Amino acid sequence: MINTFTLDGMSIPFSEGQTIIQAAMAAGVYIPHLCFNPQFKPHGSCKLCTVKVNGRQSSSCTHQALSGMVVESNTTQINDERRMLLQMLFVEGNHFCPSCEKSGNCQLQATAYELHMMSPHFDQFFPDRAVDASHPEYLLDFNRCILCSLCVRASRDVDSKNVFALSGRGIKSRLIVNAKSGLLADTDFCGDDKAANVCPVGVILKKRIGFAVPIGQRSFDEQPISASPHPVMKEV
Amino acid sequence: MTSHLETAANLENLRRIAIDPVSRVEGHGKVTILLDDKNRVHQVRLHIVEFRGFEKFIQGRPYWEVPVMVQRLCGICPVSHHLAASKALDVIVGAKHLTPTAEKIRRLMHYGQILQSHALHFFHLCTPDLLFGFDSEISRRNIAGIAEKYPETARRGILLRKFGQEVIRHTAGKRVHGTGSVPGGVNKSLSIIERDELLKDIYQMVAWSRDAVLMVKELHHQNPELYNSFGAFRANFMSMVGFDGGLDLYHGHLRGRNANGDVLFDGVDYQNYTQLIEEEVKNWSYMKFPYLKSLGRELGWYRVGPLSRIQNCDFLATPLAEIERREFIAYGGVMPMHAPLAYHWARMIEMLHAAETIKDLLHDDDLTGSELVVSGERAFEGVGVIEAPRGTLIHHYRVDEHDLVTMCNLIVSTTHNNQAMNEAVRRVAQQYLQGHEITEGLLNHIEVAVRAFDPCLSCATHALGKMPLEVEVLNEAGERLSYFARSGAGTHAC
Ligand code: SF4
Ligand code: FES
Repeated sequence: MINTFTLDGMSIPFSEGQTIIQAAMAAGVYIPHLCFNPQFKPHGSCKLCTVKVNGRQSSSCTHQALSGMVVESNTTQINDERRMLLQMLFVEGNHFCPSCEKSGNCQLQATAYELHMMSPHFDQFFPDRAVDASHPEYLLDFNRCILCSLCVRASRDVDSKNVFALSGRGIKSRLIVNAKSGLLADTDFCGDDKAANVCPVGVILKKRIGFAVPIGQRSFDEQPISASPHPVMKEV
Repeated sequence: MTSHLETAANLENLRRIAIDPVSRVEGHGKVTILLDDKNRVHQVRLHIVEFRGFEKFIQGRPYWEVPVMVQRLCGICPVSHHLAASKALDVIVGAKHLTPTAEKIRRLMHYGQILQSHALHFFHLCTPDLLFGFDSEISRRNIAGIAEKYPETARRGILLRKFGQEVIRHTAGKRVHGTGSVPGGVNKSLSIIERDELLKDIYQMVAWSRDAVLMVKELHHQNPELYNSFGAFRANFMSMVGFDGGLDLYHGHLRGRNANGDVLFDGVDYQNYTQLIEEEVKNWSYMKFPYLKSLGRELGWYRVGPLSRIQNCDFLATPLAEIERREFIAYGGVMPMHAPLAYHWARMIEMLHAAETIKDLLHDDDLTGSELVVSGERAFEGVGVIEAPRGTLIHHYRVDEHDLVTMCNLIVSTTHNNQAMNEAVRRVAQQYLQGHEITEGLLNHIEVAVRAFDPCLSCATHALGKMPLEVEVLNEAGERLSYFARSGAGTHAC
């Protein structure tokens, strides 16, 4: 017998141990998310993937699928709340899409388009965060970090290096580099690391690439994030 | 000279008029005029609220971001900043010679920008003054009035601009704030489809550009007294010219002439612009006043833009525009033309040249090539210069060994023209305001002089033709004597 639950009225099959988002993705149904990446253990921090399970809010990236549950995702109310979360992420950092090289390949931007976010709505924080350009091949632009911890998980769980960590609490949370100097150049980070290629926004960037891919050929120019949530970045 | 009007000798008993903001120009500027009780002009100043924060803002950013980021300086000619920054960064990445495809795509983008900007300026912003008269009925002295009375002129203006924007879109990826030019080259060439789409319309654009030259030339011939003398002042002038001496808005070296047209300097490598130009700060203006070091502060100021370029170069490489250039030079006689209104004529000759250049480029197979980027030995300092629609644009950067920008200096066209525009408004104030009861129409004369330079006064974007204008005349006790307010809808005096 196949286990199923309903998602916005559709019947979604799942196998034992799958989370709601995993089952939905396998069935080709998009649930907005940022800190979830199918290659890593879920982190459950961004809350973009929030759905209603039998009427109660829950993160679909951590909530196990159970037979017969009724899940709502694509509703006006939930999408309004997701949009507000996105707006908060935008104003907390410095996200200047028109001059960001990740534009068109950025999951934050693509999700904002998907959810029709038209303005930041809240007052901008304009935090003052310096760029770490110490590494000869990679650059860290902390202005755009959304604290999804994907680089932390990739470096720890795949690369076995622990280059990155999240530090501080609440609004003071920030990404740090595990080196006495705090600089990427003083770690064993390298371009082949999983952590070098996992950031959903424009923090961890290979240097001197910039705007090499023209507008029209970037990942989310071709299809919206709902059609392809984790596109493979183009090699330049 | 009008320099005595920069600062009044004695401020007592003078009343102040402010034209704030100057309308139908890009961005925000104001003119202040001090008059005595007989309406004699004592002081005239053009103030420009320029956005200088950018030079600071860019520090600490990676250099490859700069050509895209600098476009945020200006919504009107972002491509000029995009290309000037790219040229400076070509030096940083050691790209001594771009591939033919990269250079031609950039040229195409630039001439598209010239076309759209010149069309916008002439048709949308200036024809209302030139066709209706400087003090004509204000309610129709705008592009809507033109569209009603001269629908074909308005239509051509719109379509010429649109074509220029399409050229930009195909080369930069977007009409505004594209990404096409990158350090060392470009990120895309033209597809055959894109090229053919542009080719389809280019002949029409050349023809209409030619008609625009004829139109402005006709205006000069009809009223030489006005066109030759309105706000006229003598000045040195400077521009980049091609290495062969011809007009080249994309690349070359610097040449300057004095007011008689004699060459002051030529063949100057713009990497060394700091040896040529110094910038003076004046306490009453946010914008600096550049001058030629060799001539000093008093005498060294100069003019840039179409009027300078057309008279500074030896020839235009496209046939129709070259015929027009010769006629323009012949009209001026032995001396260069200095009249601000001649800017319009020169600007339209450039627009024709841009259209012809685009036509030639579209027939060049290099445009569809695939070699896009080169690099070489890394440098740490670079200067990029381009002749933007409004004049010479200088971008200068230093980049550290970690690839971050440590210094940025920009000299934009409007800054080069700062003193020249001040001269023009002072001259007009003397010619037209002196001793007269001030009316809106008279004040518009001041704006006409400013507009001739096509200044881009800041990065602010205002709805075209909708800028409010407030003019307040106060007596020395600060009491309001008269007041005009103009909203988008019209004018009322109260
Ligand atoms: S750097 Fe990127 S991957 Fe790492 S926490 Fe920040 S946003 Fe996530
Ligand atoms: S994707 Fe589930 S909380 Fe971020």
